[in-house]
Amino acid sequence: MVNRATKFSIQGLHVQYGGMYALRDLNLEIAANEIFTVIGPANSGKSTFLNSLNRLIDLEAHSRVSGMIRLDGIDIRAGLEVEALRRKVGIVFALPLPLPVSIYENVVYGLRMQGVRDAKSLDAAVERSLIESYLWEEVKDRLRTPAMNLSGGQQQRLCMARILAGQPDVLLFDEPTSGLDPISTARIEETMLVLKEKYTIVLVTNNVAQAARVGDRTAFFLMGEMIEVSETSTMFTTPADSRTSDYITGKFG
Amino acid sequence: MSSKRLRKLKEWWIEKAILLSGIFSVVFVLLIFLFLLREGFSLFRGESVADFLFGKSWYPISDPPRFGILPLILGSLLVTLGAAAISVPIGLAAALFIAEIAPGRLKEGLKAGIELLAAIPSVVIGFIGMITLGPWIKNLFHIPTGLTALTGSVTLAFMAMPTIVSIAEDAITAVPRQYREAAVAMGATKWQTTWRIVARAARPGMVAAVMLGIGRVIGETMAVMMVTGNAATIPHSILQPVRTLTATIAAEMGESVQGGAHYAALFAIGIVLFVITFLINGVADLYLHRSRR
Amino acid sequence: MNPRLSQKIAFSLLFLATLLVVLPVVVILAIIVAKGASAISWEFLFSMPRDGMRAGGILPAILGTLYLVLGAVLFAVPLGVAAAVYLVEYSGNNRFSRLVKLAIVNLAGVPSVVYGLFGLGIFVIFFRFGASILSGALTLGIMILPVIITSSREALESVPRHFRTVSLSLGASRWQTIRHSVLPHALPGIMTGMILGLGRAAGETAPILFTVAAFYLPRLPQSVFDQTMALPYHLYVISTQVPGIPENVRYGTALVLLTLVLLLNLAAIILRSRFRGKKKW
Repeated sequence: MVNRATKFSIQGLHVQYGGMYALRDLNLEIAANEIFTVIGPANSGKSTFLNSLNRLIDLEAHSRVSGMIRLDGIDIRAGLEVEALRRKVGIVFALPLPLPVSIYENVVYGLRMQGVRDAKSLDAAVERSLIESYLWEEVKDRLRTPAMNLSGGQQQRLCMARILAGQPDVLLFDEPTSGLDPISTARIEETMLVLKEKYTIVLVTNNVAQAARVGDRTAFFLMGEMIEVSETSTMFTTPADSRTSDYITGKFG
Repeated sequence: MSSKRLRKLKEWWIEKAILLSGIFSVVFVLLIFLFLLREGFSLFRGESVADFLFGKSWYPISDPPRFGILPLILGSLLVTLGAAAISVPIGLAAALFIAEIAPGRLKEGLKAGIELLAAIPSVVIGFIGMITLGPWIKNLFHIPTGLTALTGSVTLAFMAMPTIVSIAEDAITAVPRQYREAAVAMGATKWQTTWRIVARAARPGMVAAVMLGIGRVIGETMAVMMVTGNAATIPHSILQPVRTLTATIAAEMGESVQGGAHYAALFAIGIVLFVITFLINGVADLYLHRSRR
Repeated sequence: MNPRLSQKIAFSLLFLATLLVVLPVVVILAIIVAKGASAISWEFLFSMPRDGMRAGGILPAILGTLYLVLGAVLFAVPLGVAAAVYLVEYSGNNRFSRLVKLAIVNLAGVPSVVYGLFGLGIFVIFFRFGASILSGALTLGIMILPVIITSSREALESVPRHFRTVSLSLGASRWQTIRHSVLPHALPGIMTGMILGLGRAAGETAPILFTVAAFYLPRLPQSVFDQTMALPYHLYVISTQVPGIPENVRYGTALVLLTLVLLLNLAAIILRSRFRGKKKW
């Protein structure tokens, strides 16, 4: 692996929900421009981990977070406003969740909230981000139609475009293809492989094969702990921990 | 970035205003009670609370005036009990029909009808009661006036029903479907299921419905003032004119002198009403929460 | 008894009870329309009362009610919607929000005549607004506050949580999220509550008895500090206080009031059912 700059550095991260640990003593570094995948069974803390990176975890009423997360060396709690953090670290959810407005308005939502009003720069951002998410050709003639009319796969790519419009640093994907058919899934995966040239990608997936296909490095989570982390090829050929090999060979999950 | 800071400042003010609005609704309840106390409390400098609540004569403008509201309390009680006797069985039965038996479109139509009944202004209902029900009751019982406690009870029963029906209907609809399926699977008829299982499971909500209906009746003013004859004496029969707490305030406030004893006594009646409805609503709310669980 | 038979009897009884609840609406409407329609004319709606209210029109009462209702809504809607936003979007389930909810339940249960006393005590006397449109509108406004808050709350709660999550995840602030991703979708529900509040305020008499209503005032109010006639109080006056009012004037007044109130409520019912039917999420 080429030596890359560190994007996220996580030290001693604990997350509790009303006294129950969802994530315990996580120490991890994520490099710039890699696809870092996280695998593990349900309730292993994968989504909690993802939501900690852009502080969406704060919305959970009974969550308690301790430890340190740095983005480009800056503490994401003390050194950044939460709105700015979330613009830098965008997230694509498990289900495609377009807002019930037009395709165009979905894409420019974040920009409008930043106060961008100029129609030319909004138009440009829409075109650029829809091209980046490989949706432009399919929707360029109906940008003003409701986003709800798109197919599931298209909606999910719209959700990617919506983030890309804000020119983020990091893209978080929370099981982004769990509701999609194999063809749409393949297109999303291809898109990710292109996007990692510009962005850092953290992908949480319950599809082990997906991790093997796109991940540069992979971490295995189990019951709130990271069991192991390594180059994806290493993890899938010679896992260090027996629980990892049990999980990736399908003995449980 | 000053525009950003400006936005932050604006949002700070908006959020404070929103919080303030939440506070206001609590403040209003307190203010209502406070102002009733402020205006009504002076009565109890010359009058004991017991004389006020249990005194048998309400002669506010005689000399010396007498401010015993027992006749008014009994008047309210009589009208309310009569209205409850009519509206509770009918209202709960209608709620069961609408929730469990009426098919889709009929159900929507009936619910809309009941909502409209609730919307009819009380002065209109009083007007109709006075003009149609009054003479009818007078002729039926051969009594000198048709404006009696009974007339009030019947009129108010119709005003309580929308409250009873809609809240009970909500409670019945909220009974989990599994209860019904389990009963039907064991061979119960639909009626047996409705009566023995659903109605029983919805009981806390139905109690709340009845209480809120009664609360509405006790607080009702215009209709009751127009149809009960307004005689401030202790009633011995449901066919006599009576006067309720609410009607007394509405009818006499215009004649009382601001700051005088009569004026204070009317506010003191307001305190009594406020406390009664506060208790009824509080208890009904407890039952509603229980039914939601 | 045979369970089928008893079911039949029981269902018939329940149906009968339902008829007893709904029929009065029809009967009241029928009577008032039948006897009041003949009174309705251009003159009745748009001229001043004459001859001790026995002839002429009811314009000052109609206008008075419109002023009062508009004033009440102007006061109660911003306050009520903001309070609902506080409860749904900001407070979570803390102790204070439970107190607010309890307060709303109790506001809804306070008898209308007690609102009248309160309005008299605070607006007419304490704030020295006198018996005026301002006092009456504020009193009615506080009275309809629970209606507005409750329906706004329902409307806000019906907006899916993920709209908020998505908006926040795109870097919007909390207020931006509410302003752009929650309120627009709750608007029809909020409107419904507003119209219901309008209808309630238009029909109430007891709260305006001591705060604004004039017995007989054959001129139009000039400012918010003037007294005014109002439809419900006018109906009360001409049906109980003044002898010799022709029957069709009384029914005509009842018809105008009833039409106003029922149209508002019907509008609310239709708006709500459309809103519920149209939801795409």
